Amino acid sequence: MPDAEPTTASAARASTSTGDAVSETARRTRFEPPMSTAGAPFWAATREQRLVLPWCVSCHRPHWFPREVCPHCWRPGIEWRPSDGLGTVYAASTMPKPAMPMLADRVPYVVALVELDDGVRMMTNIVGMDPDSVTVGRAVQVGWEALSDGRHLPVFTSRT
Amino acid sequence: MIDRQAIRAQAAIVGVADAASATGELDGSIRALEVAMIREALDDAGLDAADVDGVFSCLGSFMASVELAEYLGLQPVWTDSTQTGGSSFEVLAEHAALAIATGQCEVAVIVYAATPRSSFKAGTGGFGGAAARAALAGAVTPMVEWELPFGMRQPMGAYALAASRHMATYGTTSEQLAEIAVSTRRWAAMNPRARLQEPITVDDVLASPIEASPLRKLDCCLVTDGAGAVVMTSAARARDLRKPPVYVLGTGTSHTHAMISEMPDLTVTAGAVSGPRAFQMAGISPADVDVVELYDSFTITVLLALEDLGFCPKGEGGAFVADGKLGPGGTLPANTNGGGLAYTHPGMYGMFLMVEAARQLRGESGPRQVPGAQIAVAHGCGGVLSATSTLVLGTEATR
Repeated sequence: MPDAEPTTASAARASTSTGDAVSETARRTRFEPPMSTAGAPFWAATREQRLVLPWCVSCHRPHWFPREVCPHCWRPGIEWRPSDGLGTVYAASTMPKPAMPMLADRVPYVVALVELDDGVRMMTNIVGMDPDSVTVGRAVQVGWEALSDGRHLPVFTSRT
Repeated sequence: MIDRQAIRAQAAIVGVADAASATGELDGSIRALEVAMIREALDDAGLDAADVDGVFSCLGSFMASVELAEYLGLQPVWTDSTQTGGSSFEVLAEHAALAIATGQCEVAVIVYAATPRSSFKAGTGGFGGAAARAALAGAVTPMVEWELPFGMRQPMGAYALAASRHMATYGTTSEQLAEIAVSTRRWAAMNPRARLQEPITVDDVLASPIEASPLRKLDCCLVTDGAGAVVMTSAARARDLRKPPVYVLGTGTSHTHAMISEMPDLTVTAGAVSGPRAFQMAGISPADVDVVELYDSFTITVLLALEDLGFCPKGEGGAFVADGKLGPGGTLPANTNGGGLAYTHPGMYGMFLMVEAARQLRGESGPRQVPGAQIAVAHGCGGVLSATSTLVLGTEATR
């Protein structure tokens, strides 16, 4: 199963945590994002590898990135609905050099915009595939890469 | 209410200056370069420091134009620190034209200096990504939270995503994008201050290393030191000055997103709004334009601008540029100083678009001169295809 690899590999790295802050930082192979107030429910769900998206309770439309108000109607009520994590590649670019030193072991890696069937588009990585096979329009599904604090990062892989 | 059309040709560019070198480096601090450019542009116009009553700049520690004016000992009656990335200077010129046309100020100075190449070599900074710097500072911004973890190289990765989408949607090829770099380099070969003056071929571009697929090294702009300034005043006053006035015939600005992941359609920039607005105000169509200076952070930036401004239909930019029409002797001379791809690119290139457009309309461009140029377009594109601003400029004959 192609999406198992990143989850397993990252989990193995993260599970060896000793609580030593310095060595933990040294082992990280990802920039681990901070959490905004608006994004906190998203990140909380990733602890259970669940993909949830913000929807407006007034105009009933989803949006991405998470905001404290709906960008379509500017009203504040947001509800979090589960997504099945299916989508297609909207645009993709392979990085032959790392954007930051901690990504050096991953090159070449694919940065993509994935359009979810729910109607939002997000930046992500496409993993577990030959970069040359990641074409615009390709069907993908969400996978998860463990972060050191128990959160997971949504990445995408070939749809099974 | 004042109609947009009423602003047409009420203000003019009357003084220009820019600095760049074939080494890519300039001597002097940013402030020293800014002051040198302002003095040179005022001298070009035949104006004096005491004439300046409007100050326009976009780079400082916090209050860009206020800090600059303090340094200059200037107490202006009009001030503007608008920051839209590389298109800031077209936006500032639009604001200056509006302020001058409505009597808010009479002599406006717009200035820019940046030394990323020297700073990088000196180990005091350079060209790092804004998001990475924000992350290091502990900021929680949307870009830090939702883009930075995925390792997109900035800024080329964002433009690469747009190129990938354009290629998949319209069949645009790497060879077609390369033609833009080749044409631009032919102009640079005639500019002794250009960083890259050696002619190149499509094969050279294709043989250069991938930076972020599908974009290669020669699809990408330079990182150089550079500086420039523009002086603007009213049409009435412009006629009595040293050089022929370059009238602001039309302006337009729009933006669609800040992060590339939020761009509504990666094949359509805000130029599809700012361009037509500028042409409408000027009362012209793209066919009337003699020379274009189009922000060329990357080859794809030029291709999208050509389509969005209406020089060719959407999706046909690749075929449009493939015959070399953007180069010397072509039917649409573009980026006649060698552009950000080969002349200079200190991070925010928009200043150089205006300076070159003005010189072309004055007939001052020497071997690069487009014969009889009467109408020029300077089209800035800032952020990551985020914020565009289009100026239509013209001579006395087109006023």
